[in-house]
Amino acid sequence: MKKPMIFSEFFRNNGKLMGSILFFLVAFWIIFLILLPQLSMLDYSFRYNLPPAEVGGPKDVYTLRNYRFLVKGPEGASDAFNYVDLAVFVRTILAAMAVTIMNLILCYPLAYFLGQSKGTGFVRLLVVMLIVPYWINEILRAFALRIIFGDVGVINGLMMQLGLIDQPYDFINADIALYAGLGYAYILLMLFPMYNVIESLDRNQIEAARDMGASWIRIHRRVVIPHAKPGIASGMTMVFMLSAGALAAPQVLGGTSSLWFTQLVYQRFNNTLDWPLGAAYAIVLLVASITIVLTFMKIFKVNMGDIGK
Amino acid sequence: MSSGVDVNLENIWIKFGDFVAVREANVNINGGEFFSFLGPSGCGKTTILRAVSGFLTPSEGRVLIGGKDMEGLGPNKRPTALIFQNLALFPLMKVWENITFSMEVKGASAAERRKRADELLDMIALPGQGDKLPSELSGGQKQRVAIARALCAQPDVLLLDEPLSALDLKLRQHMRTELREIQQRVGITFIYITHDQGEALTMSDSVAVMRAGIIDQIGDGNAVYDRPATPFVASFVGENNVFRGKITAINGDEALIATNRSGELRSKITPAAVGKLNVGDEAMMFVRPEMLQLGAGDAKSTITAKVVNEEFEGNSYSIYLEGDGGKQIKMAMPNLGTDPHRAKGETVSFSYDAHNAVVMPAGDLASE
Repeated sequence: MKKPMIFSEFFRNNGKLMGSILFFLVAFWIIFLILLPQLSMLDYSFRYNLPPAEVGGPKDVYTLRNYRFLVKGPEGASDAFNYVDLAVFVRTILAAMAVTIMNLILCYPLAYFLGQSKGTGFVRLLVVMLIVPYWINEILRAFALRIIFGDVGVINGLMMQLGLIDQPYDFINADIALYAGLGYAYILLMLFPMYNVIESLDRNQIEAARDMGASWIRIHRRVVIPHAKPGIASGMTMVFMLSAGALAAPQVLGGTSSLWFTQLVYQRFNNTLDWPLGAAYAIVLLVASITIVLTFMKIFKVNMGDIGK
Repeated sequence: MSSGVDVNLENIWIKFGDFVAVREANVNINGGEFFSFLGPSGCGKTTILRAVSGFLTPSEGRVLIGGKDMEGLGPNKRPTALIFQNLALFPLMKVWENITFSMEVKGASAAERRKRADELLDMIALPGQGDKLPSELSGGQKQRVAIARALCAQPDVLLLDEPLSALDLKLRQHMRTELREIQQRVGITFIYITHDQGEALTMSDSVAVMRAGIIDQIGDGNAVYDRPATPFVASFVGENNVFRGKITAINGDEALIATNRSGELRSKITPAAVGKLNVGDEAMMFVRPEMLQLGAGDAKSTITAKVVNEEFEGNSYSIYLEGDGGKQIKMAMPNLGTDPHRAKGETVSFSYDAHNAVVMPAGDLASE
């Protein structure tokens, strides 16, 4: 009932030509940039890995082989489950959650500071300074971190200079560089949604709470955080999704023994050239991530519409 | 409820860099008094309120509440409650949670808070509305919830920062009466900030009229209206007609002033200026529109001028006459059923009682 009215109003406001162009562009976006790529991945994930000659032939039928592989491992394997890949999967999800929470803790004070110090010159400069490092490619930033955390990097150099350690500490193998890199990669996506909502908070509300005797913690718990909840949720969703799906940071900064689930996907596509299997892994990661986000949104009573703000 | 306590401002200066927002404010507010700071926007009245509430530390001077120096005490430690201009209700909390937030802070149980909220909701005539969100209330209802929230903290002093300015005229007038009633019921000291002289005069026991950081006059409504201390007060509080000129004679508390266009006029010297005016001084004489009447009187209190315009306002007529330097003289007359119509351009004589005019040294007028 409501939709046709929105459409007719849309066309009335924008004219027939402009309205059609805009409408077409939106449709293009939805169909070609969202739906088709995902559907094609989904389709791939249910197929056999066939040589090009046999595609479309009698052997090209749908199968659950790829999903079975993730859970059970190759057929005839000794283990009942594919422990290696499943462990990587679980570890990726948990690590992405940890990175998300770490970013939240790091960003909240900064977002509060930026949001409540209403656009002074210094704050604007600070925001620009925060953005500038992100003008550099993600992979290059990961390499920069690798150098910083390396055996002869700034951090080891400084700590040895101060006499805290006498041997360089292996940050790479301890995965510290990896977590730092993942956190750093998407930290702005946590910061800016939070900054935006906190900026929109009426400062008088904070003062009113203070006037009524509320402690700093209570002001944040009862006034600032409830107001910032959509921004927090939006930031956490993005950081979690992108961390779980990150590839550059794990490739460059991961230790020898650590493997990120996306690296498995990458291997299936690029090394073993088993695209259907890679597609199945990717779909599992996507579905799992979405499920986790939706579950947390349900628990913390956040609406989907709030996140889009 | 606690009874009202005195609030004393001793030699308060508030500076922001080079800008002096408040200059040498000395104010003594008695316990249980409804005290207003009245002035145009930017005059420093809100700044004073923030110094009393503790959001701002004066550059110099002391704030005493109930005789106790408030220095070093934050807003959460002072026996004051502030009602913000935009009310600052918490939009995500229910009305009853809003009202009892100060109890929540002190760790009161939900049942206790609920009970108190219901009492206060009864007091502000919003019974049973506790479970609504502030966004579901009308402007006047939000206003009352803000008052209840402030009173719930049982403050000794309630500070109000133009809380009625967002309401429409009818509601504003109604809330004036209501605020005054609440103040008399709870008996605590109210400090009210406003740029609306009507609000200040109707509600307050005392009014401080402020201009550019300076308090020009403190007094009750009659004092600031009838015996203004400065040209600013005379022209800011209510409507006034100004006549400029030089003092030609002084006799006790009366003076003669040679005006530029209306000849020599007689006037009472405003109490604040007695002894400060000398013959030859530049001076300003003020006569209220309602103090003028048609017809000649004593030669030294009769003015003749051309009628420029006339407005009928139902209960009264306003006649505008040609005055000094393009400024019009306004005369207000009650509508008594007689027809005082005057044609435009007609020259009329009108007069006033010298006791109802005040003269003082020339100074800045309130800008219109």
